[in-house]
Amino acid sequence: MKLLRQLIYPLLAVAAAFLVGSIFILLIGDDPIETYSLLIGSALSWPDGIGYTLFYATPLIFTGLAVAVAFRCGLLNIGAEGQLIAAAFATAWAGITFAGLPAWILIPLCCLAAMGTGAVWAGVPGVLRARFGAHEVITTIMMNFIAVALASYFTQYHYKKEGDAILETVPIGESGHIARFGKFLPGFPERIPLNLAFVLALVACVLVWIFLWRTRWGYEIRATGANPAAAAYGGISTARQIVLAMAVSGGLAGMVGIGEVLGYRYRYYDGFSAGYGFTGIAVALLGRNHPVGVLLAALLFGAFLRGALFVDIFTEHVSKDLVLVLQGVIILFVASEALFRGRAARLARGKV
Amino acid sequence: MRDIFKIALLFSTIRLATPLLLASLGGLWSERSGVINIALEGLLLAGAFTAAVVTHLLHNPWLGLTAAILAGMATALVHAFVCITCKADQVVSGMAINILFLGLPALLSGAFFDSTGATPQIPKGELLPIAPIVMAFALVPITWYVLNRTRFGLRLRAVGENPEAADTAGIRVEAVRYAGVILSGALAAIGGAYLSIGQSSLFTRNMSAGRGFIALAALIFGKWRPVQTMLACLLFGLAEAVTIQMQGVTPIPVEFIQMIPYVLTIVVLAGFIGLSRPPRALGLPYEKKR
Amino acid sequence: MIELRNITKRFGNVLANDRVSLKVEPGTVHAIVGENGAGKSTAMRIAYGFYSADSGDILVDGVAQRIASPQDAISRHIGMVHQHFMLVETMTVAENIVLGAEPGSAAALDLKGAEAQVRRLSEELGLAVDPRAPISELSVGQQQRVELLKALYRQARLLILDEPTAVLTPQEVAELFAILRRMREQGKTIVIITHKLSEVLELSDNVTVMRDGKVVGQPLKTKETNAAELARLMVGRDVLLRVEKKAAQPGDTVLQVQDLKVTAADRTRRLDGVSFTVRAGEIVGVAGVEGNGQTELIEALAGLVPAARTSGSIRLAGDDISSLDARQRKERGIAHIPEDRHRRGLLLDFDLAENSILGVQRSRPMAVGPGGVWLDEAAIHQRAERIVHDFDVRPPNIALPARSLSGGNQQKLIIGRELDLHPRLLLVAQPTRGVDIGAIEFIHRQILALRDGGCAVLLVSAELEEVTALADRLLVLHQGKIVREVDPARTTTAEIGLLMTGGSPA
Repeated sequence: MKLLRQLIYPLLAVAAAFLVGSIFILLIGDDPIETYSLLIGSALSWPDGIGYTLFYATPLIFTGLAVAVAFRCGLLNIGAEGQLIAAAFATAWAGITFAGLPAWILIPLCCLAAMGTGAVWAGVPGVLRARFGAHEVITTIMMNFIAVALASYFTQYHYKKEGDAILETVPIGESGHIARFGKFLPGFPERIPLNLAFVLALVACVLVWIFLWRTRWGYEIRATGANPAAAAYGGISTARQIVLAMAVSGGLAGMVGIGEVLGYRYRYYDGFSAGYGFTGIAVALLGRNHPVGVLLAALLFGAFLRGALFVDIFTEHVSKDLVLVLQGVIILFVASEALFRGRAARLARGKV
Repeated sequence: MRDIFKIALLFSTIRLATPLLLASLGGLWSERSGVINIALEGLLLAGAFTAAVVTHLLHNPWLGLTAAILAGMATALVHAFVCITCKADQVVSGMAINILFLGLPALLSGAFFDSTGATPQIPKGELLPIAPIVMAFALVPITWYVLNRTRFGLRLRAVGENPEAADTAGIRVEAVRYAGVILSGALAAIGGAYLSIGQSSLFTRNMSAGRGFIALAALIFGKWRPVQTMLACLLFGLAEAVTIQMQGVTPIPVEFIQMIPYVLTIVVLAGFIGLSRPPRALGLPYEKKR
Repeated sequence: MIELRNITKRFGNVLANDRVSLKVEPGTVHAIVGENGAGKSTAMRIAYGFYSADSGDILVDGVAQRIASPQDAISRHIGMVHQHFMLVETMTVAENIVLGAEPGSAAALDLKGAEAQVRRLSEELGLAVDPRAPISELSVGQQQRVELLKALYRQARLLILDEPTAVLTPQEVAELFAILRRMREQGKTIVIITHKLSEVLELSDNVTVMRDGKVVGQPLKTKETNAAELARLMVGRDVLLRVEKKAAQPGDTVLQVQDLKVTAADRTRRLDGVSFTVRAGEIVGVAGVEGNGQTELIEALAGLVPAARTSGSIRLAGDDISSLDARQRKERGIAHIPEDRHRRGLLLDFDLAENSILGVQRSRPMAVGPGGVWLDEAAIHQRAERIVHDFDVRPPNIALPARSLSGGNQQKLIIGRELDLHPRLLLVAQPTRGVDIGAIEFIHRQILALRDGGCAVLLVSAELEEVTALADRLLVLHQGKIVREVDPARTTTAEIGLLMTGGSPA
């Protein structure tokens, strides 16, 4: 019963989003039913639909988990976008710089580069929040812009192939590649970039669950997010939890780099992110900041991303930006029903 | 030679500070009443897009400006409803609007103008390069006066500091907050309109480039007061002006120069937020205590 | 003057007012008494339009009225002074008083006129206050005068005061009563909500007693009743005014505090050099008007005040613990029952099991592994069940969120959690605030049992009766200093009250 009630509001939010979306689709002069069937249908076909849906869901699981963990501490991590960009570049850098090493060293090394960079990129705003009370929404957004600028710069001037017109780095070492599903799943073409990072994402869901509900660290993070004054009473340092939560959050967001660089493009490609960081916010909220919910919501939004391309090509006027509109409406609806399910706590401004 | 540089820099600063000032004055009205307004970025885009489209269609920038104000107010109304009546998390609601306006203008212009998010160019005679600047700086004393010397301002400040006190004095807290938020939408939209039909001549995808958040930082830096906020916006405007002047003149890569406003924002927030005291009820939906 | 008929109000599944009917005669002082949670404030807030009743009528001067908002009440000349002041700290006295009925036009606020009016009004009524002072600079007594002026500025003929003396010194209480008597002579009607029987008997003409949301007994004239009868009506049975207590057998010194000073975030000195000791097996009580440093004292001892804002030495059984944080102090055996259980003591949306480990989440057997990283669910549940059983927490379901428990049961959970540590020192503040009478007795017995078992207890309570009944030694705190230590068994309440205000008895 309780599970049903948990599901009702997210479903309502999605339904509402579709409704609002239809209004805009009609405004543009297209048919909502046709648009939505294209959107969903193209996401469910085999092997391409499902394959690409799961492929797009992979980074969304990571960013969704990232935002969810931060939220559990009462923090809003808008910087997942910058964190994953910085991490992806770092992953490529590691893959290029240490290209000669064997796979069993190189791959973990690249993974560490990804998670570490993400953790630092989020950790800095975390420290600023913990130490100075600087609101993480603004600082993480600023870090987004900085990440994009830095990654572009380094790609353009230091890691690009001579004469390459595209803003991308040279490829990483062969031993850094992660297998695509096509390699071991019979009947599944290798052109579909779905790779083992998806399995890693599933593992991450389990690990995050264990972290939040079975470790003392997770308990302390959740307590801080629920009631900082009581957490202090319980001997928990709010400042430490903020930094820890942001670092873990950033590390999770950074894992996007693993799938992107080691499993898909095998290099850093400027502009590779289809707004995964921002979509992660919608995924976390829709999934109620719980790993299972995040997984389901990520699959939904992965389907949206896949379908959006088809919608963009095969409708007269609707572009893939429809998905952003759907996202915004979903977040608004999910945020509004916080009223009904007993106060999502937010860290009060510097008060303990 | 130097004097020309300085005057040019001054004009640049004023021009670049204008959208920030309009957005942050808008934010001031919302936040002094107790409602966090992270949606300034989305409101800027809403204003910019509407102004560009309407000006293009009707060939009249004043109509474009008016339409932009209406669009800003309508968008702010949504934020107000979600935050005040539904008592949602105000930061989340603000971000939702920002995301919405990353996509909505592109969706609509893609359909109407067959572009990837830009509106058609507007001829020079149909632009409003000066009026919004005047409006922005005139609004500073006006805001000060209304906030501190009128009934509405007194009530709004009370609602932002202690809504229960205002409620027991017979003031309708929610109505006052709605007014503050809708006002913020109007002002931010003017800022957005200036971006598309004042500073440039068309709307491009995501053209606010984070200005809504910089405006929020300016508001915090300015302690939620009109004159200090204006000074903060001028500071950020100066930073951006210097950035533009430096491009091409120094050997520093352009990407690093472009980062300056964003780094400055972080430094400002980290260094000065401790000295700023927000309205006490900021961010807390008003519920009668049991 | 005003009559409530069958007012009923429900908050969630709590029936705050159950067919409440009472009648206030014009020109009288009418007291509404009851324990915390009896529904007195709710009924009057409905009369003021702050809440709306689910059913029932309000009659003003015999005519049924619709009072749906404070504005309606104000326009019918009803004013209310709330328990927690409704003042905007950053604004001046004049601005606060005229808020909602400001002189001048919509375009121009007449602040000078407002100040003049306030000055005139305060002189007329003998309520001295500076209209231009910001509220943040006023004392509690002065702030209350501003609240009175607010109501009178709006021409209130009926004045409702909700627990007006909770934060006043006895001297200020006397001044307030003088003001109220003067208003009665001027023909105003006054309703005073209180749980202090002495005040009822001293000031009021008529009394209504409420208990559990209902009015009990017939309407009473104060002259015709007494404290014992009122207490019985309030509580429903004969109240034991003294709790059974064995003689203390104090042992070694457990807590030694020397020259402890605490500064608040706004740089005011809250605790100004207190020194005292607490021995094993004794209860040291701290009496004082709220806001004189009690909160800071307990929090500093528990390790919740940043080191930068404290100075002085704190020793636990001889060891200096001033540099230890809250967690380390807990591990050393200092238990803490906080004065605000919702803010400090509980994670309301977490279940009872998760609340039961708050503060000890790192220790065995709750957590295992290096640094206490892994939470042992089975051990946690077992311990939680035990606490819930031993401390009579109802309903005894550890999967329920703490929010769903009543105040008394929440407090019992916290007490159980802390006492399970077998502490050497117990810091406890306002242990029975907002707790129903059955739980109060249970809690008192637990504290005494702990003391008899050899624990040292430091007890802070705003309820003078509670602290004098339980404490073996009593420290009186005033403006951050200990003014005197007294023997509660040999000192009268009047003498203690005088000390609380900084006076000195003969």
